[in-house]
Amino acid sequence: MSRAAARAGFAQPVRRGPFGRLTDFLDDRTGYRALVHEALYERVPGGARWRYVWGSTLVFAFLTQVITGLFLWASYAPSAQTAWESVYYIQHEMTGGWLLRGIHHFMAQAMVVLLALHLLQVVIDGAYKAPREVNFWLGLVLMMLVLGMALTGYLLPWDQKGYWATIVATNLAGIVPVVGPSLQQLVIGGSEYGHHTLTRFFALHAGFLPATLVLFLVVHLALFRKHGLHAKQPLTRPDAMFWPDQVLKDAVAMLAVMAVVLGVILVPALRAMLAGEVVHPGHLGAELGAPADPSLPYAAARPEWYFLFLFQFLKVFEGWGATGEFVGAIVVPGLIMTVMALMPILGNWRLGHRFNVAFTLAVLAGAGLLTALALNEDYAALWVNRAALAEAESLHDQTGGDPAKLATAVGGDRAKAAAIERQWKTLEKVRRSQAYLDAVKQAKADAARAVELAGRPERIPPGGMLELVRRDPLAQGPRLFSQHCAGCHAHVDPLAPDAEAVIATSSAANLFAFGSADWMRGLLDADQVAGPAYFGNTAHKDGDMVSFVRNDLADEATWPKADIDAVVAAMAAEAGRPVPAGIAGLVDKGRELVAASDRCGACHRFRDNGTDLGAAPDLSGWGGRDWLVGIIADPTHERFYGEQNDRMPSFGTAAEGALPPLSREQIELLADWLRGAWYRPAKERPR
Amino acid sequence: MARSQPGARSTSSTPERASGADRGASRRDVLTKVLAVACGGLATLPPVVAGLWAFLDPLRRAGVKAAFLPVADLAAIPDDGVPRQFPVIADRVDAWTGFASEPVGAVYLSRDRDSREVRALSATCPHAGCFIDLEQATRCFRCPCHNSSFTLDGGIVNPSPSPRAMDELECRVGGNGQVEVKWQKFRAGVAAKVVQG
Repeated sequence: MSRAAARAGFAQPVRRGPFGRLTDFLDDRTGYRALVHEALYERVPGGARWRYVWGSTLVFAFLTQVITGLFLWASYAPSAQTAWESVYYIQHEMTGGWLLRGIHHFMAQAMVVLLALHLLQVVIDGAYKAPREVNFWLGLVLMMLVLGMALTGYLLPWDQKGYWATIVATNLAGIVPVVGPSLQQLVIGGSEYGHHTLTRFFALHAGFLPATLVLFLVVHLALFRKHGLHAKQPLTRPDAMFWPDQVLKDAVAMLAVMAVVLGVILVPALRAMLAGEVVHPGHLGAELGAPADPSLPYAAARPEWYFLFLFQFLKVFEGWGATGEFVGAIVVPGLIMTVMALMPILGNWRLGHRFNVAFTLAVLAGAGLLTALALNEDYAALWVNRAALAEAESLHDQTGGDPAKLATAVGGDRAKAAAIERQWKTLEKVRRSQAYLDAVKQAKADAARAVELAGRPERIPPGGMLELVRRDPLAQGPRLFSQHCAGCHAHVDPLAPDAEAVIATSSAANLFAFGSADWMRGLLDADQVAGPAYFGNTAHKDGDMVSFVRNDLADEATWPKADIDAVVAAMAAEAGRPVPAGIAGLVDKGRELVAASDRCGACHRFRDNGTDLGAAPDLSGWGGRDWLVGIIADPTHERFYGEQNDRMPSFGTAAEGALPPLSREQIELLADWLRGAWYRPAKERPR
Repeated sequence: MARSQPGARSTSSTPERASGADRGASRRDVLTKVLAVACGGLATLPPVVAGLWAFLDPLRRAGVKAAFLPVADLAAIPDDGVPRQFPVIADRVDAWTGFASEPVGAVYLSRDRDSREVRALSATCPHAGCFIDLEQATRCFRCPCHNSSFTLDGGIVNPSPSPRAMDELECRVGGNGQVEVKWQKFRAGVAAKVVQG
């Protein structure tokens, strides 16, 4: 009897303890010892080697995904109103949820890398040749299944990133000839993305695909055992057993893979700790974007990095029209898979093996190159020196990018014109890249805000997170402002570095911190009132208010500084803004001044005092919610500018039966954003 | 028990083969096999059929019916030929959930000086369905996904990965200045503008 068999317990001593009798009983009824022996005592020709570990690390990675996936499943709710919400809860609220999700997320990425390595090793070693052809084909099927799980898993958090990436992926499925549209409809679960897109993707991701994978994996491993390990020649060392020699190497490799995955999750925490920052576990591991919103553009849309080469590949076919997309997304990937499938047959030719190796390396190198190109396009702005493009940039702005005008601008210097045109191309790339980087920044801000809102004491409403985001002044205000107001108004902190340029080019008042004491103080300042931040670029530039501030207010005899302070305090209080400590006691005095008919009340209405409406805006509740909603809805109302209204549209009025430019809800969001009235967490919640 | 009768199963499973060329027995043998497979298959069929039947349900459902939806007031579209983005608000049903007046997408509306004719372009990219942006700096439409570019009137700027120009939507202006757009989606990635669903 061999030593190995003895270790497995085949030697039967006469006297057995209770444990020995139990195992004897079990073996008698199940034959498990033979099974264990069969599983562990595989001969490894030439001894254990590191190059044989890739298959085992893949099985390990899959096992990790099954374990973490099942536990994630225990907390995940696939529907359009609960998917993001439940993933948020896992990531930010459940103990250790961030670690669970982090491992699942990054092991999926490790799995793609391990797949590439396993494939490369099999092809280079010629392990696909007879009699192992069928096993090679099974391996290709397994690869497609793994990639399918990666693709379907990306959607499940139902955030902007996954949503838009899936729109692209399913639209590509739709261009498959004949069955494409039906296939698309089946995968989406209808014609629109929603609940059934999630339930179907989840069923694929956690049911159909892994079940199929297990089936194929069992056959893959059985065939691997049937044919034995394909040993790399020449064999320099004596044969060894799978257990424990190769198992040790496999286990070390698994440990290394897990260490890398944990490293990716934990290194940011380590860095933050070293920098003395507070670490929020919810911010570690896998990202969670803002909730999916079909009505909100997502300019940072990109697939996961391992699909980036396919994404970039579609750009190669610019100008090919529909053929390009068909060729790029279906024909070329299909051809590559066909050649791979034919490798065992091609390998029989004299130069076949070399061709196979070269082909695999070429495909991997091509994918690597495309990935690098995609990354370069997106991040060029980080490393291209924009200062060197300054001349080209100013010439581009001057000429509007017209080569004919450029020729005149450079005085007919052809060489220079050509050089500038080359720089324009770089400039275009940098601008696009900058747009992408800005979009990523915006996406991160949106994501952070969504997480902040989800953590409110009132929690997420039953309608889901999107409902809450759409009602959030901080999320919606800047978008509504840039779409409807920024054409005239600036909204920039006067202390910001580029504020002056922005304010100078705007044609109406700067509304940053409108209603605050600082804003009011600027309005009542003779040097500022006719400047671009207030009335300077409007029809009121030569109006009564400007002349009042410049003449009456500047006269300290009638308007001592304390009176102006009092008006500033009263108006800030009217707007519901904090009144600075130094002038807080002056609010009542200020209200009297505002109401007095020989002061502000000479032109303005204030509560029951002052003049009649129509001469100047009513100051009752000035800068408050109702006041702002009112002026945005209809500045031509007698409460506001009446007939003196400059160019401001009435955003809340429309002809009978027609839609106003902004809904009541949108106007309220704008007003709340301008007032700075949005939810703020009381303090950073302990995590 | 298998251990006490090691040969019993193998002999009992092929008795006919051992007994020689009895044609009746052989016919019965074939019949048994066919019936066994048929019964087993028949028993397994209902769950598979029921599953597929339900799974294929989306194919039997018609897409959202195209309808004219009020999108904006004519006065809200500056007559400078530059498109402006407007959300499309509609009631929406997602399987079992009904949404009242929800943003379901966006259109770009533009009109020329003093004109009451409005041009409506869908913001959905005809290439792969991303949300097209209006780039102020270059005064053209650009899709952030694969850089498909379009002119302000929706025409294709070559070279572009997009197979067709931006999808123009039917648009009408009511007497009260209400701009209505026929909200439709079209198949992505094909040269022809085919209604989806």
